[in-house]
Amino acid sequence: MEKTTLNLDIKQEQAKAQEIIKSQGLRVLVCAGTGCVANGSLQIIEKFKELGADVSVLTDYDKMTIIPTGCHGFCEQGVLVIIPDKHVTYVKVKESDVEEIYESHIKNNKPVERLLYTDPQTKQHVHKNEDINFYAKQTRTALANCGKINAESIDEAIAVRGYEALANVIAANNPDAVIDEIEKSGLRGRGGGGFPTGRKWRFTAANKGGKSYVVCNGDEGDPGAFMDRSIMEGDPHKLLEGMAIAAYAIGADEGYIYVRAEYPLAIKRLRKAIADAEARNYLGKNIMGSDFSFELHIKEGAGAFVCGEETALIASIEGERGMPRPKPPFPANKGLFGRPTLINNVETLANIPVIMLNGADWFAKMGTETSKGTKTFALTGEVNNTGLIEVPMGTTLREIVFDIGGGIRNGKKFKAVQIGGPSGGCLTEEHLDLPMDYDNLIKAGAMVGSGGLVVMAEDTCIVEVARFFMNFTQNESCGKCVPCREGTKNMLKILEKIVAGKGEMSDLDLLEDLAQSVKDGSLCGLGKTAPNPVLSTLKYFRDEYIAHIKDKKCPAGVCTAMKKIVIEESLCKGCTKCARTCPVGAITGSVKQPHKIDQAKCIKCEACLTNCPFKAIVLE
Amino acid sequence: MTDKKTLFIDGKEVEFTNEPNLLEVIRKAGLNVPTFCYRPDLTSFGACRMCVVEVEGRGIQSSCTMPPENGLKIHLNTEKTRRIRKTVLELLLANHDRKCLTCERSGNCELQQYAEEYGIKNIRFPDKKEEEYLPVDESSYSIVRDPNKCILCGACVRACTEFQGHSVLGFANRGSKTVVQPMGGRPLAEVDCVNCGQCAAVCPTGALTIKNEVDKVWDEITNPNKTVVVQMAPATRVALGEMFGLPAGENTIGLMNAALRKIGFNLVFDTNFSADLTIMEEATEFLGRLNSGKDLPLFTSCCPAWVKYLEDQHPDMLHHLSTCKSPMSMLSPVLVDLVPKYFNVERENLVVVAIMPCTAKKYECKRPELARDGRPDTDYVLTTQELGKMIKAAGIDFKALTPEPNDSPFGEYTGAATIFGASGGVAEAAARTAYEVVTGETLNDVDIKQMRGTSNRSRSIELDIKGSKLVVRVVSTLLEAEKAIQEIKAGKADFQLLEVMACPGGCVNGGGQPRSCDNSATKQERAQGLYKEDSELNMRKSHVNPSVKKLYDEYLEKPNSHKSHEILHTVYKNRFEGSYKDL
Repeated sequence: MEKTTLNLDIKQEQAKAQEIIKSQGLRVLVCAGTGCVANGSLQIIEKFKELGADVSVLTDYDKMTIIPTGCHGFCEQGVLVIIPDKHVTYVKVKESDVEEIYESHIKNNKPVERLLYTDPQTKQHVHKNEDINFYAKQTRTALANCGKINAESIDEAIAVRGYEALANVIAANNPDAVIDEIEKSGLRGRGGGGFPTGRKWRFTAANKGGKSYVVCNGDEGDPGAFMDRSIMEGDPHKLLEGMAIAAYAIGADEGYIYVRAEYPLAIKRLRKAIADAEARNYLGKNIMGSDFSFELHIKEGAGAFVCGEETALIASIEGERGMPRPKPPFPANKGLFGRPTLINNVETLANIPVIMLNGADWFAKMGTETSKGTKTFALTGEVNNTGLIEVPMGTTLREIVFDIGGGIRNGKKFKAVQIGGPSGGCLTEEHLDLPMDYDNLIKAGAMVGSGGLVVMAEDTCIVEVARFFMNFTQNESCGKCVPCREGTKNMLKILEKIVAGKGEMSDLDLLEDLAQSVKDGSLCGLGKTAPNPVLSTLKYFRDEYIAHIKDKKCPAGVCTAMKKIVIEESLCKGCTKCARTCPVGAITGSVKQPHKIDQAKCIKCEACLTNCPFKAIVLE
Repeated sequence: MTDKKTLFIDGKEVEFTNEPNLLEVIRKAGLNVPTFCYRPDLTSFGACRMCVVEVEGRGIQSSCTMPPENGLKIHLNTEKTRRIRKTVLELLLANHDRKCLTCERSGNCELQQYAEEYGIKNIRFPDKKEEEYLPVDESSYSIVRDPNKCILCGACVRACTEFQGHSVLGFANRGSKTVVQPMGGRPLAEVDCVNCGQCAAVCPTGALTIKNEVDKVWDEITNPNKTVVVQMAPATRVALGEMFGLPAGENTIGLMNAALRKIGFNLVFDTNFSADLTIMEEATEFLGRLNSGKDLPLFTSCCPAWVKYLEDQHPDMLHHLSTCKSPMSMLSPVLVDLVPKYFNVERENLVVVAIMPCTAKKYECKRPELARDGRPDTDYVLTTQELGKMIKAAGIDFKALTPEPNDSPFGEYTGAATIFGASGGVAEAAARTAYEVVTGETLNDVDIKQMRGTSNRSRSIELDIKGSKLVVRVVSTLLEAEKAIQEIKAGKADFQLLEVMACPGGCVNGGGQPRSCDNSATKQERAQGLYKEDSELNMRKSHVNPSVKKLYDEYLEKPNSHKSHEILHTVYKNRFEGSYKDL
């Protein structure tokens, strides 16, 4: 196949971009991901800029440049300030700390010890980013540049080999070879289903000829998940490049990025990235002087969870109500506006340039037999180090929760993780050493999903967790098919009945039976997976359900309806404080006589319990 | 080498050709699976999950959405499919207003039918609570919408969108709070609903029903002081029999006449008479416009849904519309004026009832501009369905009746009138008369076959009237009408006459006809019934109808005369002004 001659040399562009970076002098990276922005990172950036105006004070540099970056992932410790040349990562930085960092470290090379990360185990200060346990165990490919470059600068992206893979691919003039490479890499869809990406591309490419589309699914909706947002905010050009390569491979000339409107920063940065890339002819008409054109649009979603389902997403772009359509026909044959459409999730597409640069073999070396590469997870819940992580497929839950996550907060005992969001399932202690990949998780009754990982400690009520997720899915069901619309509603009713202490044993059979029918009968992925939290918790924590039903007790002490607050007669001094505190007048008694709580009136607010000076009031 | 394609249903090899989905293949094989949301004339939706089958290697699939593939092995009734269907039924019933006995659709409800077939006796899920009930919308003259009986199959939404291009009904809210409702949650009467009733025609339950006025008509009939006269539209005669086990398309006009008299109607006329009258007026109007070159193309005005659509959406196009009232609304004033004279009845004791295939006629008869001296000329419109119910309530064995003729003089009709009931019929009837009027010659071959057909919803027919070319556009559904309007607005229209019927295939498939939404062929069979009657009649051109001639001689003078304008024509108004769209 004859090579295509490009009108630019990407290596030269890279060299130019690297020169620009060099000219920045001392680079101070300040996290400007959504979480850190909320914690005041924009003010920190302003403060640094103010101080850095006087460059004469710098010893080794003629200049200092403040770089607002995307998410570093270690959100627990935000705002993060990293000065790579000085090998230091500052955590929990406030605006008031900026002057000290500047005076002490930047001017006088004396690190500010109090702002360093303290290892919870060793209690030692850690200077270098790579020595922090949270980062040490990670392998970052999709997130490689997140937090390291200015997300709003195309030069910074080019300096770290951005658009090199695209240039190579267009020059090589062999779209099929791209699909071969992706297929060989073993990459599977990172959005939930885990469908082999190369195969999806091949199906879509088989319909080459007319108009085709590439659509990026950035409708990240799982509670607590923010992997895709971080990529869009932190390294938007990688996503654009991945989409352009996909478009080239399948013969599309137009694409959409579907982003939820609740991600304003991601939308802003993507818009800028698209404009910058078009200005350099990395997107748009006749890219790099070739015959290949790719026009990219952003479609803001209105916040419906179900629009993360690909056919609902397509309907939404078309301007219809976001309701899933039956498959077949698959989008690869009949998708957006009835045309062949490739839909991949953000993380999947962000892996494409990396695979094309380093080769399928390099990628396939990471991970397990059936699940290659790395996976990002949003680590939340009762762990010490919450944040965004990326680990090779096959990493065990134990490594994630205890090494990267730093173990359970406040020394509590680990109970379970909910993985894969509302579509996923609960895993328990027995799964801690299970290598996490697509197939192992499915076997265990959970799924990788988009990668939400909520860690739960011993004081979490598992029935309440199931109820929480069911409430979520029944609210977010599109209402189209009966099993999902009515089934989730009735599953929720049963769960509500159980946590209210009104459950009967027969409810468990009904719940299981209904869950199975919803799983089997629903139209789309949302309904088919909605029962997973119920089914997996019933499987692993049946005793806890039974305790709620038979003993009318919530073992974790969470379910209000089953709480009983009592006054221990022997300890009560009759000080009357509790009676005065009670907002509903449920406590009665005479001065210096033991008081009593009228259980019928008690609303279990625990105001008396926290206010009793003699610890005479207890939770039964 | 053979291109025969087969698949296996429960182990039995079945051939298929171009069926769009497995459900059609299953039905073709003489089997069936239940469904609420699949309607062959609408796009597949896959929502109710009743038609699920197990496909080897593909798991559970809704058969209404899955295309057949060679060699597929499918199973209809497995443990899983039966469990899913029963669970769906239980879930729907738990959330359903189960006051079935007093439901308009009792005995004709698909939810009731499947619940019975699947033996649902015990509903394991809690019933819908009283506070969850939503108000019933009775604002429309034509349709009653009871959201508490809606199972959200979306058939009405698709019918409104895919037939009428109109989307008056749509989904709102999410999850278990999802509802189907008119735009903005407003009452039906306050939105741009054209009252075509196609939503009710495809509704599997009692969520959308025809507004029932049977009792009001019974009250008039049983009142000894009243003289109740009745007329019936062409399309009703080829459909009513279906409610009594007769095949679609069988012409039951004689039985209908007998049944109406048995019920107690005093005089039985026929809207076909005034269909001939309409042709006299409309053909004259058309030829006048052709001569003057003004307000072309002429739009037919028989269909009340179409008239309202134009008033609502394109008031700037109203001058195209024929000023002729519909055949029903032409006959009623004639009856009001002449029955008292001919039959010695007092006006105030005369009640005019019309049996129509159409729900929009219920709205039409209440239009203030059609009332004279404060009283509408048509007092009640009953749909074919309602008449069927009346016949049953009266204890009449319909099939055993002896056919009877209509009453004279407003019962006589030609073949041109009877084909009004099928899309293209009005245009064909008009062309027959126009030809003879223009050329002064006798038209021997009256069949204009290119104008016929219920499946092709838009067709252009070029007529050659002695050298002068005339193009007629025949459309059914407002979706196709809208396209024609856009052609006119873009200056691309080459036609001089536009016939519009809002229901797909014309009045034979009207919203008031016996339910046939599970069978695409029914409307075609009904249309064939009308064309058959036309071919068997001696008189096949409207202007040869002697009773019509007599009416002109004795009362109306001539077509488009001052008198006929007063009685047979009307004006249309812009409904855009003052509507919510101004808000």
